[in-house]
Amino acid sequence: MLRRLYHEQPESFAFTPANQAWAEAQITKYPEGRQASAVIPLLWRAQEQEGWVTRPAIEHVANMLGMANIRVMEVASFYFMFQLQPVGSVAHIQVCGTTSCMICGAEDLMAVCQEKIAPNAHEVSEDGKLSWEEVECLGSCANAPMAQIGKDYYEDLTAERFGEIIDELRAGKVPVPGPQNGRFAAEPLAGLTSLKEHESGKTKYNASVQRATEIGDTVKRIDGTEVPLLTPWAGKNATPTSKARVEAAGGIEGAEAATPDKPAAAKAASEADRAKVEGAGDVERKAEAGKDGDSPKGQPTAPSGEAGATGTSKGDGDSSGAEGAKPGPKAGKADTAGEATEQPQDAGSEAGKEGAAGAEKPSAAASSEAPAGPGTKPETLSEARGGKADDLKAIKGVGPKLEKMLNSMGFYHFDQIAKWSDDEMDWVDQNLEGFKGRARRDEWVSQAATLAEGGETEFSKRVNKGDVY
Amino acid sequence: MLQDSDRIFTNVYGMHDRTLKGAQARGHWDGTAEIIKKGRDWIVDEMKASGLRGRGGAGFPTGLKWSFMPKESDGRPAYLVVNADESEPGTCKDREIMRHDPHTLIEGCLIASFAMNANTCYIYIRGEYIREREALQAAIDEAYDAGLVGKNASGSGWDFDIFLAHGAGAYICGEETALLESLEGKKGMPRMKPPFPAGAGLYGCPTTVNNVESIAVVPTILRRGGEWFAGFGRPNNTGTKLFAISGHVNNPCVVEEEMSIGFEELIEKHCGGIRGGWDNLLAVIPGGSSVPCVRGENMRNATMDFDYLRNELGSGLGTAAVIVMDKNTDIIKAIWRLSKFYKHESCGQCTPCREGTGWMMRVMDRLVKGDASVEEIDMLFDVTKQVEGHTICALGDAAAWPIQGLIRNFRDVIEDRIKHKRAIAAE
Repeated sequence: MLRRLYHEQPESFAFTPANQAWAEAQITKYPEGRQASAVIPLLWRAQEQEGWVTRPAIEHVANMLGMANIRVMEVASFYFMFQLQPVGSVAHIQVCGTTSCMICGAEDLMAVCQEKIAPNAHEVSEDGKLSWEEVECLGSCANAPMAQIGKDYYEDLTAERFGEIIDELRAGKVPVPGPQNGRFAAEPLAGLTSLKEHESGKTKYNASVQRATEIGDTVKRIDGTEVPLLTPWAGKNATPTSKARVEAAGGIEGAEAATPDKPAAAKAASEADRAKVEGAGDVERKAEAGKDGDSPKGQPTAPSGEAGATGTSKGDGDSSGAEGAKPGPKAGKADTAGEATEQPQDAGSEAGKEGAAGAEKPSAAASSEAPAGPGTKPETLSEARGGKADDLKAIKGVGPKLEKMLNSMGFYHFDQIAKWSDDEMDWVDQNLEGFKGRARRDEWVSQAATLAEGGETEFSKRVNKGDVY
Repeated sequence: MLQDSDRIFTNVYGMHDRTLKGAQARGHWDGTAEIIKKGRDWIVDEMKASGLRGRGGAGFPTGLKWSFMPKESDGRPAYLVVNADESEPGTCKDREIMRHDPHTLIEGCLIASFAMNANTCYIYIRGEYIREREALQAAIDEAYDAGLVGKNASGSGWDFDIFLAHGAGAYICGEETALLESLEGKKGMPRMKPPFPAGAGLYGCPTTVNNVESIAVVPTILRRGGEWFAGFGRPNNTGTKLFAISGHVNNPCVVEEEMSIGFEELIEKHCGGIRGGWDNLLAVIPGGSSVPCVRGENMRNATMDFDYLRNELGSGLGTAAVIVMDKNTDIIKAIWRLSKFYKHESCGQCTPCREGTGWMMRVMDRLVKGDASVEEIDMLFDVTKQVEGHTICALGDAAAWPIQGLIRNFRDVIEDRIKHKRAIAAE
């Protein structure tokens, strides 16, 4: 099917700080050099943030992942969930029209859309609030007919109820998702026919609806503070910050045995919940967090702030145990260790007053004192010695884009890179815009040392042969 | 009828505690380390003994599939990839596992990964399942937190990482090699086989792709023994199975039942019968959109398993997604909608499929209206034969079969409609 970019495109795209951290955490799921695997999640997050996928967003994602623009463009145009044109400002409604839903009345639902929203799919309604389309099977066939609105499924619909839902959305309300005919999930409507022996009382909602009502982000433009991406694979107590990512990239084993440099301190601090480390650790942690430009400060507590801001109902996530409480415990645990107690609470109340803005504050403060981040800035040159720079692309992990970036930062020669100390590497890793952590991950220093002495690495041989670029 | 004590998915409706604690109380994550300590060969043998056939549609024996993985690593890592891209129209069973009983899946991933020498598992979930993704990720975080996965997972000495990846609305990514392409960040276009994924799959490394349900039943099978599982159903069609019944039954639902259960018993027991009674039953698609439909009268006494449906009725169990249609249904239109689906979802790589699906849909368009000649029915049948078997993946076949099933079973309906239209035109 022919899908093209929209004719009018915005000037630019940037992830919110929390989304940026989320995106960077996504990349850690994949092995080194395979960051392209994260392209779908990143594009999807861009769409969740903006409503649709724009050309600048595609370019931004390509940049972050070191992919050619066309490769990301291919993905964006191949997968149908990516909206390549603007959608309704409140919600884009996707009605399932495949056979199971069709024989249960999906055509009536689409008639409602045509009447209440717009005559044609992908057309924005007159008030600009809504748009709709027919999609292929959404995998909720036992609850047919159904529609997806924002993040959630509205199931067991009738044309009448669907019309009410659209009206409510238009009026700024978010109806409770899930089955609309009194069912709990996908059990028989007339009552249980199996699993009766296990009866232990019901939770109020099924898993999907529970999350929807607790987080309250059904049709929200996602800024990254709603459901943080913890990265437990990066180490038991790693926090979901770019700091943790850098650390993970640099080798978890290394960090464990490391001298008391900064990543190790951060690690120790985040272990505070278990070890009950003395106050010093917490102070360190605080300082750490303040400096870390990308750290979504207040992220764990922000969801409760959101609650105030959007007026949607939700408890503290205790009703469903760990499911809803998940964003909390990480912060909650750190709380128990003295000092740190105040800080997340402050962040929380602040977020409560100011909504999402609270989450952005610290990073704004951090970026004002550029160059941000930990580490020491290494010595740089204003231009290449003798006007002739080394071909930094011979280092594995440095492409044309990074080479340009390094040059602009003042690095032109292998011997400059070979001299970086641990501390200086921290600085570089923090300041490689879009490529954070790359220097350590791909071991530039040792590669550069070999190359500076006139040696060759396996990769540089391939570059010289012209196999790579 | 299956007893509750023999059901594997004890929280498939999500009414009970969905957290790790609740899962453990229902018997999951019990003795996982001991199972792993029994060794790779024991696990694979036990899976073979259970007779488990893949739950993703094709029905390939799971134990056998695992045994294709290299025994010794040649330096490349091995991967388990769980196919959670549940997009086959009619199918909605994996969703219930992932949002309501996620720990069955996570524990299964650990054991299966160990059995195929993989330290890493990716679960590829369809993009539309956003809450399911969040619920499953929350469960994975819980499992990490409790040390059940991660380094020295569950105290077994096996290092195991599990990651959740997602797609963005492409049916074709349910095909295993297309899924791997998608997971590598490309368009989901199927790869030629061989090489099979067990030789060169994700990132060129040995990979096994299994359906969610196939993996989620593993821990219980190993705890209770392959013999126990093999005790359900007919030989070669063993075990329990999640059935998803949609369409014109009184109570559509997802339910775990014994394999080889009779169709009538399944519908009467769990779905409150056919809407309007059994005489009102027109047709059934017994295994998701890709299998041919069956006339209602043939279906009433059918046995719901792989072999019966294929050999006796020329259809298939597929994913056990049963779509029931009563006599108010326009059967031609229902199948036309599937043709539209396949046209929409064809990835465009192979010409017979890219062009053929559109061609078939357009002829179906006219058959729905009766705006065709009787000879065109045979021509359409012929075209489906030209598409079937001439493409890299099975989507071409899947697009052809529903139409073949329609022509085989409901030729009279199509012809009547054409004649009726002619008669009107003649007046």
